[in-house]
Amino acid sequence: MTDAKKVMLITGTRKGIGRYLAEYYINQGYLVEGCSRKECDIDSPFYHHHFVDVADEKGVRTMVADIVKRHGRLDVVLNNAAIASMNHVLLTPAASANRMLEVNVTGTMLVCREAAKVMMRKRWGRIVNFTTIVAPIALAGEAVYAASKSAVVTFTRILAFELGQWGITCNSFGATPIMTDMIRGVPKEKVDEVVNGLAIKRLGTPEDCANVCDFFISPASDNITGQVIYLGGIT
Amino acid sequence: MDANTAEQIVLRAVQSVFDQIGEPLPENLSAESVLVGPDAIIDSLGVVSLIVEIEQIVEAEHGVSVILANDKAMSAKNSPFRTVGVLAAHVIATIEEAKAA
Ligand SMILES: NC(=O)c1ccc[n+]([C@@H]2O[C@H](COP(=O)([O-])OP(=O)(O)OC[C@H]3O[C@@H](n4cnc5c(N)ncnc54)[C@H](OP(=O)(O)O)[C@@H]3O)[C@@H](O)[C@H]2O)c1
Repeated sequence: MTDAKKVMLITGTRKGIGRYLAEYYINQGYLVEGCSRKECDIDSPFYHHHFVDVADEKGVRTMVADIVKRHGRLDVVLNNAAIASMNHVLLTPAASANRMLEVNVTGTMLVCREAAKVMMRKRWGRIVNFTTIVAPIALAGEAVYAASKSAVVTFTRILAFELGQWGITCNSFGATPIMTDMIRGVPKEKVDEVVNGLAIKRLGTPEDCANVCDFFISPASDNITGQVIYLGGIT
Repeated sequence: MDANTAEQIVLRAVQSVFDQIGEPLPENLSAESVLVGPDAIIDSLGVVSLIVEIEQIVEAEHGVSVILANDKAMSAKNSPFRTVGVLAAHVIATIEEAKAA
């Protein structure tokens, strides 16, 4: 079956930024495919949920194969799913470091790999991978999480070169702090300190994220690839 | 899957890659045709397209989801993609592995 509507895969749609983006892009006329490890209650005829851990190679393959079976296409991927465990490096167990790398780096890579195989057939695709400003600002307490997100940026820059010939663009987007569960456990003073260091001294919003994604995935952005855009003035 | 079926899949995928790049298929295409290294009939990006194409054929026609990707992919000496015949054997082995898992 082939749909006239564009098909978008957003990872991590159960809550937070991914949830907002799923609803936003449904309203923009996309068929949205989402995933998370736990149940998601987005209720729309234009939304389909997959219970998939992005770090699970088989699960990611099955998910993308299922999307192709039902829609015959995959146009846009937003790699939003990630985990963060904020902790001093001297107190970080190897298992928690490995899990962050597995979900944030390997998970992103697996979804890109399987999606690109579909996109290359149509010689068109848009991939946006999520990073964070805590990598460029080198925020103490988030060493491994930030390192995993730096890896996402480097991965995406190179991916842009590997996939460019098939009309697939690959960019990274780094948000400033946004009030989701991910940072709810971070002390307020720490968040204030980060916000005070920004050019635009306010928290980020999911709307800010949609705005940058809109730019990257626009058909007019076919010559924008390998880039990273951070919110709030961070470079 | 038998050796002949696997080789036919690889040859069809080679054909499709040449169609995509708009070049004529080389003459004397056979199990010995080289796919990786200095004597290869396709470049390294052609190999990428070829592998993706084979994965899709195997999934669509044989209902098995396989990942042919391999760390030694681009090694002219050890690559499981180095010739049409070696690649066909790799396809068979990978399908067996996927079925056993
Ligand atoms: N919030 C911030 O301040 C901030 C700032 C900069 C960048 N970011 C980035 O923005 C993205 C979204 O963050 P958020 O704040 O919305 O986080 P969040 O509220 O913690 O949500 C994370 C989402 O990802 C899903 N997820 C987590 N691990 C997964 C896995 N292995 N497989 C599939 N889904 C998984 C979660 O669902 P399940 O638990 O059900 O799997 C959830 O839906 C992340 O990439 C984050 O690094 C966030």
